[in-house]
Amino acid sequence: MRSGFAIFDHAQFRHYAKQITDMSVEARERRQPWILLSAPLGAVTLLLLVPLVFIVIYSFWLRSAVGPDIAGFHPDNWQRALTDPFYRYILFNTLKIAAITTFFCALLGYPAAYFITRSSGNKLILLLLLMLPFWISYIIRTMSWINILGSSGALNTLLLSTGVISSPIQMLYNEATVILGLVHFLLPFMVLNIYVSLDGIDTNLEDAATSLGATRWQSFLQVTLPLSLPGLAAGGLLCFVLGAGTYITPLILGGPRDAMFANLVFEAIITQLNWPMGSALSLLLLLVLGALVAVYNRFLGMSQLTKGLG
Amino acid sequence: MDNTKRYERLLERYRNGDLDRRSFLGLIGAAGVAYGVQTPFARMAFAQDVTQVRFDGWGGVVSEAFRRHAFDPYTAATGINVVDGTFSGGDEYLAQVRSSQEGEYNIAHLSGVFDYARYVNFGLDVALNIENIPNMELVMDALTNAFRGITPDHLSAVPYNYGTTGLAYNRAYISDEEIREKGASILIDPEYQGKIGGWSDWRTRLWYAALQTGQSPNDIQDMEAAWDAIRAHRDLALKYWGSGAELMSLLAEEEIYVTEGWSGRIAALQEQGHDIGYYDAPNSFGWQECLFVIKGSPVEACEELLNFMLAPETSIAVAEGQNYPPALDGSKVDLGSKIPTLPAYDPSGTLEALTFADPVYWNGNEAEWSETFARVQRGF
Repeated sequence: MRSGFAIFDHAQFRHYAKQITDMSVEARERRQPWILLSAPLGAVTLLLLVPLVFIVIYSFWLRSAVGPDIAGFHPDNWQRALTDPFYRYILFNTLKIAAITTFFCALLGYPAAYFITRSSGNKLILLLLLMLPFWISYIIRTMSWINILGSSGALNTLLLSTGVISSPIQMLYNEATVILGLVHFLLPFMVLNIYVSLDGIDTNLEDAATSLGATRWQSFLQVTLPLSLPGLAAGGLLCFVLGAGTYITPLILGGPRDAMFANLVFEAIITQLNWPMGSALSLLLLLVLGALVAVYNRFLGMSQLTKGLG
Repeated sequence: MDNTKRYERLLERYRNGDLDRRSFLGLIGAAGVAYGVQTPFARMAFAQDVTQVRFDGWGGVVSEAFRRHAFDPYTAATGINVVDGTFSGGDEYLAQVRSSQEGEYNIAHLSGVFDYARYVNFGLDVALNIENIPNMELVMDALTNAFRGITPDHLSAVPYNYGTTGLAYNRAYISDEEIREKGASILIDPEYQGKIGGWSDWRTRLWYAALQTGQSPNDIQDMEAAWDAIRAHRDLALKYWGSGAELMSLLAEEEIYVTEGWSGRIAALQEQGHDIGYYDAPNSFGWQECLFVIKGSPVEACEELLNFMLAPETSIAVAEGQNYPPALDGSKVDLGSKIPTLPAYDPSGTLEALTFADPVYWNGNEAEWSETFARVQRGF
């Protein structure tokens, strides 16, 4: 009697063995990215998604007058965050300040990036100088404006000593100084993004435009600027999102009325100990900025952003 | 009773004939089995022996004084290390404590009786055995009674120092006579528009609004008038300051000429040579600070440390460092030469000259008023 194993001849055995080997290679190849991604995915899950879930849950709790928060599903915080004109006003003001900051960053950042791209030889030094402010604490950089613009700061002292003014000018603690502080903080992000974009443009294109009769200004406007727009947009998005999420700058350089949405989140959580409302407000800001990023991604894609960050 | 004592008693009963040999050996055997079974778990219990106590305070000279006069001698006497942490604000610290595990934070240098009440409301208090803190005998009763009003059957903190939030003004621009004449209303005087400051703390803003509208800070009847006073101050003020360092900087740099300020910080400015005056208007904001033991802490170890911290040499050194009078009763302890000169110092030991915030009143309205202030501050 022949055993069941003997029904396969050698050729069939090799065929099945190859299939199994091929499958295992395919399966391994399929698994490999997940194995490599497991650590970052784990980190993102633990450090971002899980806390986010906690914040979502918290946003539906209620603060009690004294003592612990009241757990449950209460839409009250969301209702207030979405319908209260106070939160709407601060949110629009935040978006306005972020937009003005982004505009000034673009205005100042483009010429700087263009200069760095076109400079020959000292490009690395210029890039290093651009990165230099990142080595100093953001808070210290922001506070430095007090020593420059304060009543007894460098600028007032200079103007007084040269006789231009007879008494110090009040320059600090208003919305303009908040925007100034934000531009100071965010400008390098804009310059880097535009630089990456400009650096990737083939200079022969400008030469070609010039050889076809375009002036240097025309070749810039019709060739260089359109090609660098993705970098400008990426820098704009970064500046806008980072600017809209800040609370330190208005705290240091703002007056009594000056506040951005993140200040409300800080106050709700830290000063008022109203974690549920603070959670709802922080999620609202996240949703608004997330929507902006989604719109950007729909029309320009995220690849330009990662180039700039890289 | 320790195990050795238990065995000795058992042996004594056996020798006296109260216990037969079989029962004696049975109990010894059972004790042996019980010890063998619990030994692996006992290691974990040993790991919980008190090896350190965490103290959180305001940092700077206060921390240095605590380290030199209290923490190091305490460690030498007990073998328990003191981990010294700092925080920049009481609200921020409470948020940290609430999100921590029990026992992570032990003793905190907290502000105000309302902070004591808040911690009690969150169930973060413990019951201290005052007999383990002999130096409490030297503390003013007026300060301790404020805490007993909140927890009549126990104390979770010991008073440590007190001060006021009074009017600070630049003498180059505002005379002593003017500040006495105008009092708290100088903070809403249009003459000083753009040169007025204020603490971004809702309690202080409302307290001064009550004074400006002629009301009792502990019983504000016309809230709308008080909010209007805050709006008037907001529109005249250059800046709301958020820390003692910022307060000192704004006054020293002459960015502002007048603000309410913390007595100790103004004394520090005066020590530095700045011509800054300090005036406690009638019903000026008095407050006290305490050393609060947080739930989950090793209470006995904390009590011993509190006793070290309340010792006169430590209390006086800290008080001289931070320019706030200590909680020690001047009639029972010689406080030296500097402390009687500090702003807010009360030689009577009764503190009747100071007005403290009623914790029940202020904490009961905290939720509503802190949110309303956030709106009023932004123009609403």
